[in-house]
Amino acid sequence: MNFTPAGYSLLPVLPEIVLAVGAMVLLMVGAFRGQRSTPLVVTLAIALLILTGVLQCHYLPAGKLTTFGGSFVVDGYARFLKILVLLGSAATLLISYGFLSERPRRIFEYAILILVSTVGMMLLVSAGDLIMLYLGLELMSLSLYVVAASNRDDVKSTEAGLKYFVLGALASGMMLYGMSLIYGFTGTVNFTGIAAAAKSGSIGVAFGLVFLLAGLCFKVSAVPFHMWTPDVYEGAPTPITAFFSSAPKVAAFAIFVRVVLTAFPNVTHEWQQIVVFVSIASMALGSFGAIGQRNIKRMMAYSSIGHMGFALVGLAAGTPEGVQGVILYLVIYTVMTFGVFTLILAMKRNGHAMEEISDFAGLSRTNPVLAFLCAMLLFSLAGIPPLAGFFAKFYVFTAAIKAGMITLSVIGVLSSVVGAFYYLNVIKVMYFDEQAGATDAVRIELGTVVVVSALFNMLFFVYPGPLVGAATAAAKSLF
Amino acid sequence: MTIGLGHYLAVGAILFTLGILGIFLNRKNIIVILMSVELILLAVNINLVSFSAFLNDIVGQVFALLVLTVAAAEAAIGLAILVVYFRNRGSIAVQDINMMKG
Repeated sequence: MNFTPAGYSLLPVLPEIVLAVGAMVLLMVGAFRGQRSTPLVVTLAIALLILTGVLQCHYLPAGKLTTFGGSFVVDGYARFLKILVLLGSAATLLISYGFLSERPRRIFEYAILILVSTVGMMLLVSAGDLIMLYLGLELMSLSLYVVAASNRDDVKSTEAGLKYFVLGALASGMMLYGMSLIYGFTGTVNFTGIAAAAKSGSIGVAFGLVFLLAGLCFKVSAVPFHMWTPDVYEGAPTPITAFFSSAPKVAAFAIFVRVVLTAFPNVTHEWQQIVVFVSIASMALGSFGAIGQRNIKRMMAYSSIGHMGFALVGLAAGTPEGVQGVILYLVIYTVMTFGVFTLILAMKRNGHAMEEISDFAGLSRTNPVLAFLCAMLLFSLAGIPPLAGFFAKFYVFTAAIKAGMITLSVIGVLSSVVGAFYYLNVIKVMYFDEQAGATDAVRIELGTVVVVSALFNMLFFVYPGPLVGAATAAAKSLF
Repeated sequence: MTIGLGHYLAVGAILFTLGILGIFLNRKNIIVILMSVELILLAVNINLVSFSAFLNDIVGQVFALLVLTVAAAEAAIGLAILVVYFRNRGSIAVQDINMMKG
């Protein structure tokens, strides 16, 4: 087939085109058949995401593909993270069936918005210049602002959407200002062009870099720009919170790594300082901030800030091993956190969601299986061997030590010890506190997701080879 | 006196700072925040277009056009979320956005 209208090869963007067109077709299906078509639209959306993943894996030729004059790059790195993003989005739709089946919430637009934000994330992961970065990021974020507020009659959900929007718009404004400075002082928006033109010591480029990194830190919720995370995580509907902590974070982190490593390899010193500071601050705040929380979604928001700090340790190393560590961290963290949020979503008492940590009291007696899975996921988040979370931390810290960042690694390990406290606290509440009453039956698809993610965490160490190998290959393609 | 790149960048920087201050110092209502966001994007556009003119490079102007379209979409979504919030809360004052402490 010939995919070259207007002189550009469209083959590399084929999966994105299929996903975008498919989302519009589903929008039409929903618009003509009304709200009763919601389950159908959600099912078709999952099928569409799987189709996109299959196209991504099996239809695109191997090797590095670029198009649109270098603004769209499909390399091993992009392929790997796109699959992860697609999995995160598909899993989000899967756990949303229950949420969308209640009468006032039968909104089919929810699935469309998730598909559109997935298109944005895929563009973001593949971005090869600042324009594609900006457009991908905005396509992703604009859809996320709306889904955060998708519980339209709930004041908390709309407040979460509003806060996310205001702070997100501010962050993208700052990032854009940085981009305009980088463009002005290097004369190009292309990452490889910027790498050739950016010299160490240029004030304009350093200024632009700081603003650009500020915007990216906001999107991955790293510390000076983390203020939105606890509120948005608490207010947004739980399936959406699970989504926020998985696919968009992966995509934002992916472009963070790609920008600093492909566009600024000659100004390493400048960005390394920023990344080290942000990483230490995120790890510390994530660990200490979570201790006093009573709402488990809020606690998981602080946990997510901390984990982004750990992943940034790998980036601070700036080596292929560091990037490999970051990729593995993102995979493992996504699976862990998705499992925990699905579990929170699954836990209901008399039809009401259980979101306070005290609601989990005595879960080991009322629902021992769920309590065990929850304990495994939390142990993994705390980084206890031999669960997957330990290996995630192991890879990033090894890379940092090899790159000579001993202080950073020591601070990281210490804050991970502090962080273990609040995970263990939840486990203590589940196993040793007085029983708070029986829980409702768990929906089958939620149970499946929790079991799969817990099994992944428990059995990762048995056969880590394929995943580690794929991550190594993906990391190498960036250098 | 000829007007050079520096003057345009100064205007851009002033507008950008005003936008940021507008978001942080504003104690009244959220519409002002939306206006401040627009001001920030305007500052960026001035930067992009002036760099584009002085570098003799068209990419900056293309970027500015894309920023304009995205800014329109962003304002539409912001106002939509604001309307939904107002229906639930009955107020758009900044100090009333406090259901969750943050």
